[in-house]
Amino acid sequence: MSEHTHEPVPYRTFIWIWLALLTLTGITIAVSRINLGSLNIWVALGVASIKSSLVIFVFMHLRQESKLFKIGLLVMLTILAVFIGFTFFDVLYR
Amino acid sequence: MSIEHRDDTGARFGMWLFLYTEVILFSGLFILYSMALSKFPQQFAEASHKLNIYFGSINTIVLLTSSLTIALAVTAIQLGRIKQTLILCGVTVALALLFLVNKYFEWSEEIGHGIYPGSEHLAEMGPGVTNFFNLYYFTAGLHGLHVFIGATLISVVAVMTAKGKVTSDRYTLLENSALYWHLVDLVWIFLFPLYYLIL
Amino acid sequence: MSEKTTYTGFWQESPRTGILGWLLTTDHKRIGIMYLGCIITMFIVAAILGLAIRLELIAPGRTIMDAQTYNATFTVHGIIMIFMFLIPSIPAAFGNLLLPIHIGARDVSFPKLNLLSWYCYIVGGLLAVIAIFGGDGAPDTGWTFYVPFSTQTNTNVSLAAFAAFMLGFSSILTGINFVTTVHRLRCKGMKWGRLPLFVWTLYATAWIQVLATPMIGITLVLIILERTFGAGLFDVARGGDPILYQHLFWIYSHPAVYIMILPGMGVISEIIPTFSRKPLFGYWAMALSSLAIAFAGSLVWAHHMYASGMSDLAILIFSFLTFIVAIPSAIKVFNWVSTLYKGSIELAPPMWFALAFIFNFAIGGLGGLALGAAASDIHLHDTTFVVGHFHYVMFGGGGFALFAAMHYWLPKFTGRMYNHKMAVIGWALLFVGFNVTYMAMQAVGIMGMPRRYYDYIPEFTTLNLVATLGSWVMAVGLIIMFANLWHGLRKGRPVGKNPWGGATLEWDIPSPPPLENFGEEDPVVTKGPYEFKGVVADEY
Repeated sequence: MSEHTHEPVPYRTFIWIWLALLTLTGITIAVSRINLGSLNIWVALGVASIKSSLVIFVFMHLRQESKLFKIGLLVMLTILAVFIGFTFFDVLYR
Repeated sequence: MSIEHRDDTGARFGMWLFLYTEVILFSGLFILYSMALSKFPQQFAEASHKLNIYFGSINTIVLLTSSLTIALAVTAIQLGRIKQTLILCGVTVALALLFLVNKYFEWSEEIGHGIYPGSEHLAEMGPGVTNFFNLYYFTAGLHGLHVFIGATLISVVAVMTAKGKVTSDRYTLLENSALYWHLVDLVWIFLFPLYYLIL
Repeated sequence: MSEKTTYTGFWQESPRTGILGWLLTTDHKRIGIMYLGCIITMFIVAAILGLAIRLELIAPGRTIMDAQTYNATFTVHGIIMIFMFLIPSIPAAFGNLLLPIHIGARDVSFPKLNLLSWYCYIVGGLLAVIAIFGGDGAPDTGWTFYVPFSTQTNTNVSLAAFAAFMLGFSSILTGINFVTTVHRLRCKGMKWGRLPLFVWTLYATAWIQVLATPMIGITLVLIILERTFGAGLFDVARGGDPILYQHLFWIYSHPAVYIMILPGMGVISEIIPTFSRKPLFGYWAMALSSLAIAFAGSLVWAHHMYASGMSDLAILIFSFLTFIVAIPSAIKVFNWVSTLYKGSIELAPPMWFALAFIFNFAIGGLGGLALGAAASDIHLHDTTFVVGHFHYVMFGGGGFALFAAMHYWLPKFTGRMYNHKMAVIGWALLFVGFNVTYMAMQAVGIMGMPRRYYDYIPEFTTLNLVATLGSWVMAVGLIIMFANLWHGLRKGRPVGKNPWGGATLEWDIPSPPPLENFGEEDPVVTKGPYEFKGVVADEY
């Protein structure tokens, strides 16, 4: 991996990831038809998180990027979690 | 500038930063969503059932596939396969249009049932359901706008590729457009279960 | 010495000549100068509105305007000062001028994007002007656009909100540019530990610009959609929640406070060591406290909402977190003072502004603690104490830092020096007028005078009169300061490379700097930004 360009990712890898994404979509639809109470939303979010990490790391080449890109993403996600999480301090306990 | 400065990694990093801003932009709507969900769980489930899960699922598959084709396009340009790149970009744009057409029929159906922001019919269904549909329309609408922008971007880059301005050793534009397109997909990955699959 | 034809460097070197050489430039210095011009214009407009507000409040009852005009005046004063002056002030103007030079680069990472960001600013500014003068009248909601009033008033709120959206976009582009530039374009030898503090604060600010600004974007878009479609996302009857509007608004607008003050702290951290002839005390503490302020500042937005009906638990948590921000802020103040200690202090005009910054910021910061504590905030909320407090931080801090930066760096970019004596006189009037005005406002706020009120009870008359008189002193100070700078920077004595004896990179290149800053060779850095050994100030 040079500084400016990545090694091309083989077509095969992308197609496998795509199949995995379709499978996970199937899973999330199937699970949503079973009533698990409040667990449903967490399963849905969990599957969506797995799907997005596949997209981010493989489709978006984050796997091949330097540490800087990964730390940046982590910072953004932390701030995002703070924004959503801290608002719950108000809404849940009003 | 007299000295041309080139920094592909910098350009990609800049694009990632821009994508962060997009995520935060959408997160405003997701904050409203999560607060409303905790307040009206029953009503949200009830409202979610009014959405057409088939439209939603088909659009999910369409977007995931378009994400695949644009990712393949990046590999194709890296390998110098210009023709394949153009075909893959074309397929991506076609899928984007398919998504928007689907959305159009879906919304027409819902609006035909009297469900749209500010409608009387919606107001009769109570605050929880109203809130759900308002958020749904605004979030999906903003997402649809991004689909449109992304498709335009990819079309422009495809034209530039055809003209030889994007090549196997200078393809940052295509790469960054692809990154944007994946973001559109990412938003939908969360939007779909949160709006269509609530029980 | 002849007239302004002696302006050389980037003032003359450009691929295009004439006005297009400016309007289509991608040179960071020219963009910085264009930003500075717009920002100062906006400041003068909004300052006149501010004087009008003070004049109206000189006595109870109607003085010069009716109540609706008063509401519009303070709204427009706020919108211009926040979105068009404070947020772009130091980062967009001096950040553009100096960031690439400070890190030894020839330009920012995305020069075209940089120009686009200036145009977004201009479009936003024009839309705001249309919103003020056109259609159904200037917005009267206050700069905060709080619902439900902002969704119901008939004034031009939608257009003003869209204008602010464009300005936000401009700010985001600057942020993306600066983060990338600092990561990618540092010259050889420019390790993280050798970055000037100004760069550190710009870097921290740029992250806030990237990660917080989109939130105001979506919030303002929602206001526009509410007004267009009447969806009711913030209307309780239709399942919405007006307090959530305040959350979304302050999730951006509190970090925005740090967009306004952090670069100012950076400016002060440059000026204090130069005029004390001493390395900055606690370099890493200063650098990391900038990042800490940026991060901690993102956790505390709801302290603006203690009186909104938010949950008690949230009040407790946000109050606690607010006190945490005080720690890195105090680190900065202590380190500036420690830098001064036993320094060989030279009281040049920039130093006067820097010292005033520390004084004002300390008062504003301590007032902030009184507001951050929920118990005292309930009493002080929405009084003129709050107005006094944020003017201490925003104007006494951010504004004075901008003036300090203008006195410190503009001779570098014009190659000419203003009159020092006049600068100090202007400073003195500004400083005295400032403190009289806002101290009086804080005092009358403690007595219970609400902010944004058109009229007040007779008991508050004396202090309001004092505040208005102070605002006049301040105005005279501002006029002297601007006139002196304008005259001096065009016709003053020419200066050499290094009029102040600074040790950062910009003092190694000619004044004004040439296009692309450095000659043929890229600079190589071998020492820290505050090592003054062997650095001598030029005679001029």
